[in-house]
Amino acid sequence: MSALLEVRDLQVRFDTPDGDVEAVRGIDFDLSPGESLAVVGESGSGKTQAFLAIMGLLAENGSANGQARFHGEDLMAMSSRDLNRHRGHDIAMIFQDPMSALNPYLSIEKQMIDGPMHHLGLGRAEARAHAVEMLRAVRIPDPDERIGHYPHQFSGGMRQRITIAMGLLCEPEILIADEPTTALDVTVQARIARLVGDVARRSHMATVLITHDLGAVAGVCDRILVMYAGQVVETGTVREIFDSPRHPYTRGLLDSIPRLDRIDDTLHAIPGNPPNLSDLPGGCVFRERCDRAFDACAEPPPLFDLGEGRASRCHLEDPS
Amino acid sequence: MSDTVLKVQDLSVWYAVQQGGLFHRRNVDLKAVDGVSFELARGETLGVVGESGCGKSSLARALLGLVPARRGRVLWLGEDLLKLDDKTMRRKRKELQIIFQDPLASLNPRMTVGDIIAEPLWTFYPEIARVQVMERVRGMMKLVGLLPNQVNRYPHEFSGGQCQRIGIARALVLNPKLIVCDEPVSALDVSIQAQIINLLRDLQRKLRLSLVFIAHDLSIVRHICDRVMVMYLGRAMEVAEAGALYRKPLHPYTSALIRSAPVPDPAVARSRPDTGLTDDMPSPLAPPKGCVFHTRCPYAVNRCHRDVPALRRMPHGDWVACHRAEELDLAIVKPAPVKL
Repeated sequence: MSALLEVRDLQVRFDTPDGDVEAVRGIDFDLSPGESLAVVGESGSGKTQAFLAIMGLLAENGSANGQARFHGEDLMAMSSRDLNRHRGHDIAMIFQDPMSALNPYLSIEKQMIDGPMHHLGLGRAEARAHAVEMLRAVRIPDPDERIGHYPHQFSGGMRQRITIAMGLLCEPEILIADEPTTALDVTVQARIARLVGDVARRSHMATVLITHDLGAVAGVCDRILVMYAGQVVETGTVREIFDSPRHPYTRGLLDSIPRLDRIDDTLHAIPGNPPNLSDLPGGCVFRERCDRAFDACAEPPPLFDLGEGRASRCHLEDPS
Repeated sequence: MSDTVLKVQDLSVWYAVQQGGLFHRRNVDLKAVDGVSFELARGETLGVVGESGCGKSSLARALLGLVPARRGRVLWLGEDLLKLDDKTMRRKRKELQIIFQDPLASLNPRMTVGDIIAEPLWTFYPEIARVQVMERVRGMMKLVGLLPNQVNRYPHEFSGGQCQRIGIARALVLNPKLIVCDEPVSALDVSIQAQIINLLRDLQRKLRLSLVFIAHDLSIVRHICDRVMVMYLGRAMEVAEAGALYRKPLHPYTSALIRSAPVPDPAVARSRPDTGLTDDMPSPLAPPKGCVFHTRCPYAVNRCHRDVPALRRMPHGDWVACHRAEELDLAIVKPAPVKL
């Protein structure tokens, strides 16, 4: 199957008063139609910035290099006018905080009908009917009436479901969701994850789920990309990553998830803190926090290909 | 328990909220906490869990007098804190400390870490010499896993997890007996959460602290708490020993919370049945009549729409507010893994 999105050597850097910050340091991945990919990493791992760069949404002091080919067209080389043909249409993004993603001054109807009118060429009444259907699909009660309400009249969980409905309005081929359920309560989280999964299966939509919590993606994703300090450190299927993690960082992340189904007296923690991106240590960037570091780690490890889509950036995989 | 240090009785926190348009404005009471009672022993950790809007943070703040209580008693070593005048309460604060959710926002960005940790000492013991204060500050920094030579740095130079360690050092510097932790790890990365949880638990054992640990995440609470109170719309639904609560919850809401916690195992996560919880939480401004949970409860019967269930003691000592607690079997069964 040919890839829907091919990302090659993506780099993002920010010009800050403290010097250059390399947020993303060359990542590669493919996304196939209908696939569900989780991008997992701590704050500062570059997971969000990589996708903001692909969407052309970096802050003013940020710059990006590399390629992101969507159906063969490089999104990174596009003008913002050309990008607008795709953004919100065949590639949509949902953000973590639903309150800041919705305009408090406009009714939900006003915010929902513009996209379909512009991208799908629907008339006002058709666009409204379409929006009402989408709200019903995300289980907003009385959607025909509530579509006239303003964001503050909804609960946090409902607002997030509204932003998801907005993301799905134009039936995108790729839905990028940045920590879509972190701000929500657990009872709501589970339902939203299920909902996105259902829509994705029905319309063969590819999803990218960006999160810091490996534990939250076990039930919803096919493949996982683990990021650390701006690089991919491990990739594999969800089963491989959970059953036999290869990189010490992935193993540490898995072990530090507090679990209800197992009770240990001491929670495993990864010691130390993520590195400072404007002053990265030499060698393997995870070395200082790694319990398996050895002499070779003084040199930065390449991403070792382990076959069948698996890879790990660790000298332990060095065949020589 | 004989060693009870904190006894909370029928505590209520109500906020006056204005509702309606310009010409129809009326005052409504938002009952953030409505008649909550519990006890806490020396060296014990009580977890308080619930979804946003359940009143857990209001409860935390009311314990320390940071928001006014409408009703009830907070007995600290037998003395009702709610009856104390400001001056006496201020002295009591030496024994009662709080750690907040957002580690960076709760530290003054213009103060050095040393000054932040030392400030409570200067406030309560202005007579102590600076040299001694700084010595104590360095000791605290070491205790919470910070490097004492970073004493002159500013909060923005630290990561989230380190800022939370600074907050803990500041809370501990006066040798308190009780610490209220208001979601101390919710803003942190998973890998760092574990560091802070382990630190709090070690300190609690070493210093024999009593902790009230507020969280929305049941799995975090399981690792640090002896007993757990589950709150919903301002009321306590269940108060039980932690092991029993997770094995066999007594209240349908507790059971729903446990069953919606993410399982970090792909095979199990995919075979899990739906929690059966319908709709969102009702508005706290218009809580349902009868049992506040009946609108979302899969086991609700007529009686639940009518009568408010009291929090009552079960034969084995745990507490529950559900009319049907005896007849329901809510034991948590591990779902069989599916083949991927």
